[in-house]
Amino acid sequence: MFERKYWFLAIFLAVALLPRAASAMHIMEGFLPPGWSIAWVLLTIPFLLAGFFSIKKIVQEQPRMIMILAMACAFAFVLSALKLPSVTGSCSHPTGLGLGTILFGPMAMTVVAFVVLFFQALLLAHGGLTTLGANTFSMGVIGPLVAFTAYLLVKKARGPQWLAVFLAAALGNLATYVTTAVQLALAFPSEIGGFAASFTKFASIFALTQVPLAISEGILTILIFNALVAYGANELKGLKVIWKEG
Amino acid sequence: MNTASNEKQKSLKMPLINLALIALLIILAAWPLLILPDAEFAGADGEAEVAITEIRQDYEPWFEPLLEPKSGEIESLLFTLQAAVGSGVFFFGLGFMVGRKRKEVIQP
Repeated sequence: MFERKYWFLAIFLAVALLPRAASAMHIMEGFLPPGWSIAWVLLTIPFLLAGFFSIKKIVQEQPRMIMILAMACAFAFVLSALKLPSVTGSCSHPTGLGLGTILFGPMAMTVVAFVVLFFQALLLAHGGLTTLGANTFSMGVIGPLVAFTAYLLVKKARGPQWLAVFLAAALGNLATYVTTAVQLALAFPSEIGGFAASFTKFASIFALTQVPLAISEGILTILIFNALVAYGANELKGLKVIWKEG
Repeated sequence: MNTASNEKQKSLKMPLINLALIALLIILAAWPLLILPDAEFAGADGEAEVAITEIRQDYEPWFEPLLEPKSGEIESLLFTLQAAVGSGVFFFGLGFMVGRKRKEVIQP
């Protein structure tokens, strides 16, 4: 039993530490003034710490969840490697964090986003070390928080499970890139029109491209979630995330 | 009895729904390529770079990436590796769970 636990942990770490290629339609290296870089790092640190403790708690209290955790992370890694064409004529990629957020809550996903972003900044010149705080905040804090809220709202309204999964994945994805646009607009307010004009400009680049991809991510997350529910009932019943549809 | 027949109906319907969802995904990914034959499909981050320079013409990035992939081929190698390892881990786990469930059905 213990051997199996470490085996999955080893796989998880191997994936986490591999050269990360996630593309990144995140803020580029050196493109955030130093003041903003530091501000976003400071804002992100508490969430990151909460995330470490949240993962530690899962590993200690529910060791059988480690495999599901590794699978949710692997899902995020696959999706962030897929740069898809969009209707705006440019490419962007899904974040894949909606699934993990539904299963483990938003805090655990902050750590996953940080690991993905750190290695892609270091090895692949995507995103950047100086923009790591801002990018972790948009992808690892706001995205999962929005995803979690959407999930809980549909759950509370006793809506269908698939709708909750879809909205969590799609809105979490979209919120990540809206946040990116906000961050850039705050750092680069336009001379004419200020923050609002800049936000419109960046949002049309990031968020608009993201709309069809958010829908795709929502559909894909439904598929994967269904597979996990069908075969992982033993693990998932402890999570209280699934409800019987009436 | 009623629940059992419901379950059976559901398990017959699921593969069809899943296939339809997969088809929808492929269409969603492909149609931008069809309706925009002249677009470049470059990364959205590159476009943001242009937008920043438009707003602040004097802005110079104050930090350079430490390492960059040597070529587009190396970059796509790393991307492929990422997706391959990720799906490897995911489907290893799913396969494990499918096998376990099958065993439970055979030996209850």
